[in-house]
Amino acid sequence: MRFEVKVEVVPRDGIANPEGATIERALPALGFVNAGNVRVGKVIQLQVEAESAESAERVVEDMCNRFLSNPVIENATVEVL
Amino acid sequence: MSKVIGVVRFPGTNCEFDTIDALQILGAETKILWHGDRDIANVDSVIIPGGFAHGDYLRCGAIARFSPVMDAVKSFAKDGGPVLGICNGFQVLTEAGLLPGALQKNVGMKFLCSMQTLEFVSTSNILGANALQGDSLRIPINHFEGNYVCEERVLKELEERNQIVFRYAENPNGSIADIAGISNLEGNVVGMMPHPERATSPLLGSTDGIALLNSLVGGSAAQSV
Repeated sequence: MRFEVKVEVVPRDGIANPEGATIERALPALGFVNAGNVRVGKVIQLQVEAESAESAERVVEDMCNRFLSNPVIENATVEVL
Repeated sequence: MSKVIGVVRFPGTNCEFDTIDALQILGAETKILWHGDRDIANVDSVIIPGGFAHGDYLRCGAIARFSPVMDAVKSFAKDGGPVLGICNGFQVLTEAGLLPGALQKNVGMKFLCSMQTLEFVSTSNILGANALQGDSLRIPINHFEGNYVCEERVLKELEERNQIVFRYAENPNGSIADIAGISNLEGNVVGMMPHPERATSPLLGSTDGIALLNSLVGGSAAQSV
C-alpha cells in the first residue's frame, strides 16, 4: 500500500533559532504583542510503499534519523496521513 | 617534490578556483576532484572549498555527503590524510560525520561578508605548522550559515582535547564559544568558516591565510604571494 507521510522538522529545544527570533521581533510591528517562542522548521511530504501504516512510519523515522533531519540541531516528527 | 592538493568540486561549489590559485602560487600542484569520482588517489591533502554544494538543499552539506567522492575522502581521512573544509566545506564535513556539531543560520539572519580577527587557539592540527598558539590572524568570512552549534558535552570535549582551532575575537554569527574552526581528535581533519584562500595577498587585505595553506603545502609562513 501507498502511504502519504508528513515529516515536521523543527529546531531542538535549547538550540537557538535565529529565523524564529527574527519573526518574533517583527510580530509586534503588526500589533501581535502576545506571541512568543517562535520556532521555524520545515515540512517534508512524501509517499512510501509499505505493508502497513506502522511500517511506513518506521521507514520514514529511519530516513529522519539518517538524512531528513540533523539530530544535532533538529527534532523530527513523523505523521502517516 | 611539490605537494599535490586535491580540491573537491560538487555541483554548486564556487571557491575551487580561488583555492587553486592560492595553492599554486604557494608552489603546490592541484587537482580538481569531481564529486562523482570514487578515486582520489595520489593526493597529499584534500580541501573541500566553499560554495553551495548541491544547492545547499535540505541543509548545507546534507546532500554532498552522498557524493561518491566523499567515501574516498572519508577513507583518506580515516588513514590520517589531511582534510580541510572551508566554509561550505566545513558544513559538508559536519554532515558527513567527519567533524562533530552543525552549522546553522547566523544570529541576526544576515549573510556576513567581512574581515575577521581570529585567535589561533590550537595549533596541534594540519594548519598549525607555521603558527604559534595564540597567534592573531585576519581572515575574511562569507557565509549565511556559520553559526556553529554542538551539545554541551561535545563542546567540553572540544575544549579539553584542543580541538578548537580558531575563535573569533568578536563573534559575528552567534557561534557557540566564538568557534570559527575545529578539528577532529587526531587533528588531520579541520573545518573552518573563514576563507584562508582569500587572505593570501596584500591586495585582498590580508596575507594571514598563507601560513595556514602553507601548512598543507609544506612551505613556510613567510613566503609571500
